[in-house]
Amino acid sequence: MNSANYLYLSAMLFTIGAVGVVIRRNAIVVFMCIELMLNAANLAFVTFARINGTLDGQVIAFFTMVVAACEVVVGLAIIVTIFRSRRSTSVDDASLLKR
Amino acid sequence: MIRLSLEIGQTQKPEAILFYILAPLSVLASLGMLVVRKAVHAALLLAWVMITLAIFYIALDAAFLGIVQIVVYTGAVMMLFLFILMLVGVDAPDSLTENIKGHRVVAIAAALGFGGLLISLIGRATLNHVSVGLAMANEPGNVQGLASLIFTQYVFPFEVVSALLITAALGAMVLAHSQKSAGARLSQRALSSARFRGDSLANAAGLPSSGVFARHNAVDVPALLPDGTPAKNSISGVLSARGDIQDPTQYALGSLPKVDDEGGDK
Repeated sequence: MNSANYLYLSAMLFTIGAVGVVIRRNAIVVFMCIELMLNAANLAFVTFARINGTLDGQVIAFFTMVVAACEVVVGLAIIVTIFRSRRSTSVDDASLLKR
Repeated sequence: MIRLSLEIGQTQKPEAILFYILAPLSVLASLGMLVVRKAVHAALLLAWVMITLAIFYIALDAAFLGIVQIVVYTGAVMMLFLFILMLVGVDAPDSLTENIKGHRVVAIAAALGFGGLLISLIGRATLNHVSVGLAMANEPGNVQGLASLIFTQYVFPFEVVSALLITAALGAMVLAHSQKSAGARLSQRALSSARFRGDSLANAAGLPSSGVFARHNAVDVPALLPDGTPAKNSISGVLSARGDIQDPTQYALGSLPKVDDEGGDK
């Protein structure tokens, strides 16, 4: 098996995550899809680390994990704040600027 | 033989078997995230995808990242997701009506184009690429190798990331703090005047307690009014919202049984 298969898998997971961000309405599920995209990018980093024979890719993937954890913490706090004021987590309901 | 197979960019056979079993499963689970209605199911599917990715990391000679993936993602992050789901209500309905007409079709078409582009690009870019393998870089151990990189070459990004982590924690505390909880509680006096100067004095002596007298006293059984109808305000609003209420009429007495006066004259 070629190592590039991991890259194909990574591309597929990233694309599926992007579709989820666009078509799902629940803000929490949208967030999960963003996590999926970040994970797919991490898989590509780790695969490239092995293809190139250096550990730099793994270090970058490690940093990505930390940034993703920060993003989840702040994002979920924002979702809770929106839910508290609007009683809904649907991304379509947060449309005050439209009206 | 192993050396040779690594040199021409091929992996060993067990890893190939692992990949061909787990990769379709992870793709199926992530596709499932797009179609399941409930957010909890999406969270479970995402947890499964993350576990398969952790297995892939370990197969890719990144043992440390594999463990961190399980601990941080399936442990902390997914727990946080489930916690927030519990907070905002598990059954928050996910409407499936389209607000923008045809936006789902356009999204899927664009994704197919994007994915096809990405995959064809990878196919062309890595053609005839020689995979080096991490046997040399992992010589002192994966964790030791990562540590020597993080604390020398990447020490500044490491410090920046730690600052980001602290900022995120502070930001979450500021965002999640609610001002309402401080001074919005009604005083004893206000509660008392609301009870006695309200529309009716029906609840002046407190709400009726749940349960049917001498037959059943659980909290999920509404009390029976003298005319035999259940008293709605005798049970908690949470229980009635969940639909966890029993029918009180099964504990009601249809008619009073005749009292048999023993020893009395008949």
